[in-house]
Amino acid sequence: MAEPVLEIRDLRKSFGALKATDGVSLHLVSGEIHALIGPNGAGKSTLIHQISGSLTPDSGTIRFLGQDMAGLDMAARARLGLARSFQTSSLAQEFSALRNVMLAVQAKQGSSLRFFRPVMRDRSLEEPAMAMLERAGLADRAHVPAAELPHGERRQLEIAIALALGPKAFLLDEPMAGMGPEGSKNLTRFLDTLRREAPILLVEHDMDAVFALADRVSVLVYGRIIATGKVDEIRNDPEVRRAYLGEPA
Amino acid sequence: MRQTVTREAITNAGLALLLLVVPLAASVMDEPFYVTLATRIAVLALAAVGLNIALGLGGLVSFGHAAFFGLGGYAAGILATHAFNAEPLFLGIPATTSMPAIWLVAVVVCGLVALPIGAISLRTSGVYFIMITLAFAQMIYYFAISWPAYGGQDGLSIYVRNTFPGVNTAQPLPFFLICYALLLLGLALFWALSGSRFGAALHAARQNATRLAAVGIAPFNIRLTAFAISAMITGLAGALFADLNRFTSPSMLSWHMSGELIVLIILGGKGRLFGPVAGAMLYVLFEFALGGITERWQLFLGLILLGVVLFARGGLMGLVAGKERYG
Repeated sequence: MAEPVLEIRDLRKSFGALKATDGVSLHLVSGEIHALIGPNGAGKSTLIHQISGSLTPDSGTIRFLGQDMAGLDMAARARLGLARSFQTSSLAQEFSALRNVMLAVQAKQGSSLRFFRPVMRDRSLEEPAMAMLERAGLADRAHVPAAELPHGERRQLEIAIALALGPKAFLLDEPMAGMGPEGSKNLTRFLDTLRREAPILLVEHDMDAVFALADRVSVLVYGRIIATGKVDEIRNDPEVRRAYLGEPA
Repeated sequence: MRQTVTREAITNAGLALLLLVVPLAASVMDEPFYVTLATRIAVLALAAVGLNIALGLGGLVSFGHAAFFGLGGYAAGILATHAFNAEPLFLGIPATTSMPAIWLVAVVVCGLVALPIGAISLRTSGVYFIMITLAFAQMIYYFAISWPAYGGQDGLSIYVRNTFPGVNTAQPLPFFLICYALLLLGLALFWALSGSRFGAALHAARQNATRLAAVGIAPFNIRLTAFAISAMITGLAGALFADLNRFTSPSMLSWHMSGELIVLIILGGKGRLFGPVAGAMLYVLFEFALGGITERWQLFLGLILLGVVLFARGGLMGLVAGKERYG
């Protein structure tokens, strides 16, 4: 098997007596969508926070493209190609959708210490940003401030921003959260094409989406991964069914 | 984008013109006091333009910008004193009364002092940032009043206003024009910064620092750069203020001064290009008009400030030119 893009080994993180991440190991290989499912409070977001660098694990290692992530902050990890979306949309609210994406294009070009040239007349920012909005289906909303976009479109904007970073891996934290059935279906189709660009670690509650998209599924319960496998294996795993998939314990 | 002339642009042009025409007319009518008043407005506005980069664009409420205003003032005062007494500074470096050289010293010193202050303060945020910047400024204030070599509590007099090549700076109008030109330069810099890539990152750091970090730009670096630039402009204004009064007073370093600069920005409209200019006009006119009637004029200023904070968050510029829009 090829070297995994993202490899997590024996990651642990406690908040007081609560073991939010309790010896988690998983990896993400090129071309795949690896879904992470689990009931509320299982520690999915805590795990994403540790991978993206907004939380420091107590122990364990996170390797991305063969490099140890210990000591690198969120910005440094993003520059290496780890793009994340947030469970609750996190956007520059006063900026238009276009400017939110332009910020990501600018970050990718590594050019934020330029003090004079006006960004609003800079084709090298606007054109790639517009292309990303088009791919995410938001081209006609480019000039609407992020604060005025409805929930579903903010989720799309988060994806467009991640896309603009030209990442080596996506960390998507519940991209479908709060979307209507139509929106979910569109986004599912879109994510399906995205895996060719970079592998996706997908945290998602929408089981239809997970089963339609995922190459592999890991089930997280109380901070531990109780099963990892192909969609069918997970669907039929008795422990998973008991812990999570609606069968009473 | 849309190239129509906005209400904001018209307001800005009007304010800039007003600040130029009034002292010109006053000078023709031989009323030098009003020229001095306009100079005071221009200098305070420039100091607030500096603070507006940190506070308005970056959302960094520095309650310690008097430190930089005062350091600029002391740069002018100390250099002028040494030059007046024909004493070299240290290591035999000669002092100077040339304004451009003094400005350069003020700007460089403020930048160098702002970097460590910013680097430490920016590890905190919110009310802690306010308090730590205040603490640094007060440290410099107490240092200044306990250092007798440069006047201690009494401050430093500048006996003859510093010089500018080819200009008689002792006359009110030429000195006003110097200050006005520097104010325009400061405004041009603010405008360029705000619209640049750096400005985009700084605006984003104010709106949502996590978003900025998530695209790979470290908010700390952006904020620290902004803090230093902000301090340098405020320091330049401090040097001019000392020359305006021919006096460097420790009160330039005190927390009252930091508060005054914040008040100017809130009155005028924070983050707005001409907010500091509108704020300084209102403040100085108030001080002049009500200060003649009662010593307690700041009570009325307080009431106005209360009104602005409660009913007109965008300040004067918000009232006149509407809400700020970013493309």
